[in-house]
Amino acid sequence: MAIFIDQNTKVIVQGMTGSEGTKHTGRMIKSGTNIVGGVTPGKGGQVVEIEGKQLPVFNSVAEAVAATGANASVVFVPPKFAKAAVIDAIDAELPLCVVITEGIPVHDSAAFYAYAASKGKTRLIGPNCPGLISPGKANLGIIPADITGPGKIGLVSKSGTLTYQMMFELRDFGFSTAIGIGGDPIIGTTHIDALRAFQDDPETEAIVMIGEIGGDAEERAAAFIKEYVTKPVVGYVAGFTAPEGKTMGHAGAIVSGSSGTAQAKKEALEAAGVAVGKTPSETAALMRKLLA
Amino acid sequence: MDLFEYQARDLFEAHNIPVLGGAVASTATEAEAAAATMGGKVVVKAQVKIGGRGKAGGVKLAEDAADARVKAEAILGMDIKGHTVHKVMIAQAAPIAEEYYMAILLDRANRNFLVMASVAGGMEIEEVAHTQPEKLARVGIDPNVGITQAQALEIVKAGQFPAAVVDQVEDVLLKLWAAFVAEDATLMEINPLVKTEDGRIVALDGKVTLDDNAAFRHATHADLEDHDSANPLEALAKEKHLNYVKLEGEVGIIGNGAGLVMSTLDVVAYAGEKYGVKPANFLDIGGGASAEVMANGLSIILGDPDVRSVFVNVFGGITACDAVANGIVQALEILGSAATKPIVVRLDGNNVLEGRRILNEAAHPLVQQLETMDGAAAKAAELAAK
Repeated sequence: MAIFIDQNTKVIVQGMTGSEGTKHTGRMIKSGTNIVGGVTPGKGGQVVEIEGKQLPVFNSVAEAVAATGANASVVFVPPKFAKAAVIDAIDAELPLCVVITEGIPVHDSAAFYAYAASKGKTRLIGPNCPGLISPGKANLGIIPADITGPGKIGLVSKSGTLTYQMMFELRDFGFSTAIGIGGDPIIGTTHIDALRAFQDDPETEAIVMIGEIGGDAEERAAAFIKEYVTKPVVGYVAGFTAPEGKTMGHAGAIVSGSSGTAQAKKEALEAAGVAVGKTPSETAALMRKLLA
Repeated sequence: MDLFEYQARDLFEAHNIPVLGGAVASTATEAEAAAATMGGKVVVKAQVKIGGRGKAGGVKLAEDAADARVKAEAILGMDIKGHTVHKVMIAQAAPIAEEYYMAILLDRANRNFLVMASVAGGMEIEEVAHTQPEKLARVGIDPNVGITQAQALEIVKAGQFPAAVVDQVEDVLLKLWAAFVAEDATLMEINPLVKTEDGRIVALDGKVTLDDNAAFRHATHADLEDHDSANPLEALAKEKHLNYVKLEGEVGIIGNGAGLVMSTLDVVAYAGEKYGVKPANFLDIGGGASAEVMANGLSIILGDPDVRSVFVNVFGGITACDAVANGIVQALEILGSAATKPIVVRLDGNNVLEGRRILNEAAHPLVQQLETMDGAAAKAAELAAK
């Protein structure tokens, strides 16, 4: 087990023939992911060799699924064409679609999220996310596979590099799944979705949740933890010292007024019984104490 | 990107939303000319992207063109909560009978769009939402369906608009939705939406936020950017496609990934408490830290007179640490004698040993490496204190 992906996940890469797509397809194959093909509209019928693997290219996700039995896709398609690519995956009723692409207009994300929700067949992760890894089983996205191995900790975070940092801090324990859900205002899979899956996953014993200033996703996650999660959770929120009214990078990381501050999120999480660290290293230390 | 009021007015007008005459002026002479063209009484309004300008004296009624000049002279150059007034809007004055509220915005929690409409406008809408929630219609919109005419009517009725204006308000709402979609907006707010004494419905003031990610399909949005108020370092960074925010502090920060950089700011702020120093900026160099990107980033930070030390904090994911190390070495070669401040580097992750070896071998007198994020933050803070 693990969440959302495991050794049985058969993956197609949307945008595989592009430079980013090719590079990361190679990295995913090297880390043991079962990549079965790619989708690039107009390039169907080609076969490309990546990391010694002959990978067929299809014009649509439906064709790729019919030919390969794929049950997940990773999207590296540029922002302009990302909406069409995600809709293609939803139309093919693919169970999982991980959208790595950064810079997708939020009207496009809103449209494909609503479409996926109305169809009810496809879990979207991202956009603007590093993807997810179940070490030793599958790696869908751009998370480096060599930071750490399989273990009992589940990790959910908005941010990519902060995910890597936390995996590195706790590398001696290993992870069941580490998932970066993305920092955009509209994302397909939330902290709550990941927390629920970790709670239900017998291989996960403890959970690290990383949040960021802006929005109220962490506050809602705190309420969910109180109600549903019995496994120990350790939290970290980036942006304690960020000045109000400044946007820093992630579209989601905007502080305005009193809600959305790191302090408010910390308090909400602590009220739900979550130990919250002030820095990544302190957060890792809290987890060590829990697992000792 | 947040727009100024005059830009919101122009955008509304372009989408057939009823507005009053308005013109923007950067000088008192321009203001006088605009008021003369308009004729009659005008309102001179400071253009700043912050609330509370009325209370600060940034909005004044002018009797005629000559008076508009006087009022513009008083308002231009004013400081409103740290925002300098570079422009004023000259707006037609109109006798107002009633003030309403209407907005469409992105709703993160529900992952769709939200329409809000209320007969009680003109004051703090948050207060209405608290004290008279029955007067504020809040309706989620399916992005793939949009606002239908029937739904628009329902919303206007739920917002308790009087029967006499229902048709007109419904029409404005449908036009506002069309504009919201056409312009890739994340916020379009009309407050107040007014009924004039002669019964017309008019958008008197507006707030608009446009999605920067959608710039590729809006050739005209780049023209809306505010160059007057931008911090010069931020403007330079933007030119170089760097994600940089100037802060008040002494420790320059460079990192990869927004989350890690934000976290770096925290760690430096804590370490700096002892020395009375703070982070000087946010700078995310993103995934590909080429020598050029690193040189651009370092030169912007070293060009900040407030900076006394620099902390480069990189966790190599996709980016290999040896590429980052080469970037730092080459950046320092490019900068030459322009680089004068101590640089603390912490590298971890992908190919870290090679990265550290490259920096050790280069042995640049300004550069020192530390193994942990906490240790490096403490060192950078200590160096900034000296």
